[in-house]
Amino acid sequence: METLIFFLRQMLNFSIPLLIVAIGSMYSSRSGVVNIGLDGIMIMGAFTSFMFIRFTEGIMPPQLQIIIAIIISIATGLIFSLLHAFASINLNADQIISGQALNMFAPAFSVFAARIILGDSIISFRNFFIIEEIPFLSKIPFIGDILFRDVYLTTYLGFIVLIVANFVLYRTRFGLRLRACGEHPQAPDSVGINVRKFRYFGVMISGALGGLGGLVFVLPNSTNFNGQVSGYGFLALAVMIFGQWSPMKIFFASMFFGSLKTMSAIYSGLPFFNTLGIPSEFYKLMPYLITMIVLAFGPKGLTGPRAEGKPFQKGMS
Amino acid sequence: MKKLLNKLLVNNAFNSILSSLIPILMGLLVGFVVMYIFNPEGAWPGFLTMLQGGLTDQARGIGQVLYYTTTYILVGLSVGFSFQNGLFNIGVIGQFTIAAYVAIIIGAKVTNLPGSVHWLVAMLGAGVAGAIWAAFPGLLKAFFNVSEIITTIMMNYISIYLVNYLVYTTHYDKSIVASAYIEKTALMPKLGLDKIFPGSSINSGLFIAIFVAIVMYIILYKTTFGYSLRSCGLNRDASQYAGINEKRNIFLVMIIAGFIAGLAGGINYQSSITKVYKISETFINEPGYSIPVALLGHSHPLGIIFSSFFIAHITVGGSLSQGYGFPVETVGIITAVIIYFSAFSLVFKNMLIKYFTRRKYRGSGSMIDAASELELELGAGVTDPDVIADTSTKL
Repeated sequence: METLIFFLRQMLNFSIPLLIVAIGSMYSSRSGVVNIGLDGIMIMGAFTSFMFIRFTEGIMPPQLQIIIAIIISIATGLIFSLLHAFASINLNADQIISGQALNMFAPAFSVFAARIILGDSIISFRNFFIIEEIPFLSKIPFIGDILFRDVYLTTYLGFIVLIVANFVLYRTRFGLRLRACGEHPQAPDSVGINVRKFRYFGVMISGALGGLGGLVFVLPNSTNFNGQVSGYGFLALAVMIFGQWSPMKIFFASMFFGSLKTMSAIYSGLPFFNTLGIPSEFYKLMPYLITMIVLAFGPKGLTGPRAEGKPFQKGMS
Repeated sequence: MKKLLNKLLVNNAFNSILSSLIPILMGLLVGFVVMYIFNPEGAWPGFLTMLQGGLTDQARGIGQVLYYTTTYILVGLSVGFSFQNGLFNIGVIGQFTIAAYVAIIIGAKVTNLPGSVHWLVAMLGAGVAGAIWAAFPGLLKAFFNVSEIITTIMMNYISIYLVNYLVYTTHYDKSIVASAYIEKTALMPKLGLDKIFPGSSINSGLFIAIFVAIVMYIILYKTTFGYSLRSCGLNRDASQYAGINEKRNIFLVMIIAGFIAGLAGGINYQSSITKVYKISETFINEPGYSIPVALLGHSHPLGIIFSSFFIAHITVGGSLSQGYGFPVETVGIITAVIIYFSAFSLVFKNMLIKYFTRRKYRGSGSMIDAASELELELGAGVTDPDVIADTSTKL
């Protein structure tokens, strides 16, 4: 039981950022723009928010600090993603290349700026952000132990993002229009909906969630930020594909991948896996390997929004 | 004069060069602005040092530039070759890493070979390792229709952990936290290049890289196979309709691209006795430049040679500008901006053409007609193979 609670709690630390970023990339894909720049967007979001945390350390109460950091990471991701939106929506550029440009820019910039500002490529921070116990709720057996004890504020954000996404996408006019723009842009265009505007919204939401994901990934899993998020942006893309572009399925996919990642991080603490004598490197490569296998042999018909990746030009069929 | 200008503009090669220059200029400009924001005093001298590249260091510097050029040509060719077929081989890093390990292990453990072929065996072994590593994404793309972008990225991560493990268990030197040295016979022959460029790591790999580029040019532009590859890259559906075996092409392209990336890994780690594989959980630096090189060179083998030289030039310059307090990452920022702007180099190209043709027909009354007429005429030239046709590839 103890082990299970420990495992699930760790799993949330890895799954929640995956969930947030995968849902972000879902918004973008659903609007018809492929956003492979999420890895870079995560890095930028993490960079600015940890710079902020680093410079306000000890001046502000930690929970206030984290709330402002969340806002900063969202704003950074949103602004950074505009580059991708502009290239792919206004200029009809190759979306893969412009996304990859973001992926290459972010780590270089983050290390560059950190070296010049701090004199070190690594932004280290002291972690005071854990909430030890939430009164009453932590008394709930099992669930209380996982969700309401030793938890980060950011964990709840993941669930909020999930619920909001599910509602927005399927229950609002905005969601319907967004999906139409990714599925068959000529149709919304013919009834006077501005496709470009909706695609901008899609990419900007994905950028905001990507930036947030960067913060949420680094915060519980490390005590420093070194200009990379170990390919989480790409894993999130795989999660989105595996989750078939729908929020609830993405939730389960991210829990699955999160548990794989957890295995690689804590296997030495689990007596059973420790005795197997499998080298640690194999646990580390397992999430990536299984991602590949799942994509190859997983459920068939993994087709995304039909107009994904195709530039839209008004008046062209 | 006007005639000459018009002729130049119609010339496709000239257009390609022009639309490569714009991203370069934008990249340098943004790089300078970033440098200026963070360190206004050092920005100008640091920037100049970077632009001068290896030239500040005379023969050694030029040799160093050519040494980097070697690797960049090969990794750029690997990506460019896949671009030509409408694939995107982001997996160069993984193929490079695996190949590096194989080259090191052959270079160190296979000692019963005559010295004159030892390096060759190690290098080809590295190439084969890269080809095998790239075969998996190729198979998955061809037969399961899984995006090669995702699979090659996953393979990159797998390669790091796998090679770390293999180096640990088979050929590890604790004192330097890296792989142990390889035999002297496994080093690339210098062919006297070290006499011309003393103190640099340049070796015969440069000639191999250029040779591979020429072979690739011949394959792509002078053979039926190459034609079918390029036509797949331009329009997959049309090529399939014309009876081109698309699946076989995807698989072959990935294997060849992997082989070339593997050669790069081998040559890079066989360059000097002190070049060792460092245990780390981050990617190796060099193959990261494969995408900018390929994009700047418009995926054309000869273009890639020039773009490699340029990127190598500013890489060496970037490491020299550290003297002014700028981290090497400046070069990373510049290349990222270059990629960003080359994503819509075609837009630039069309803008240029429009601008010039408008000037030409100014005052003749039917200016817009004339411009569109000329564009129609250019039609074939404007759609370069540098347009990676299939962005709609489902991720």
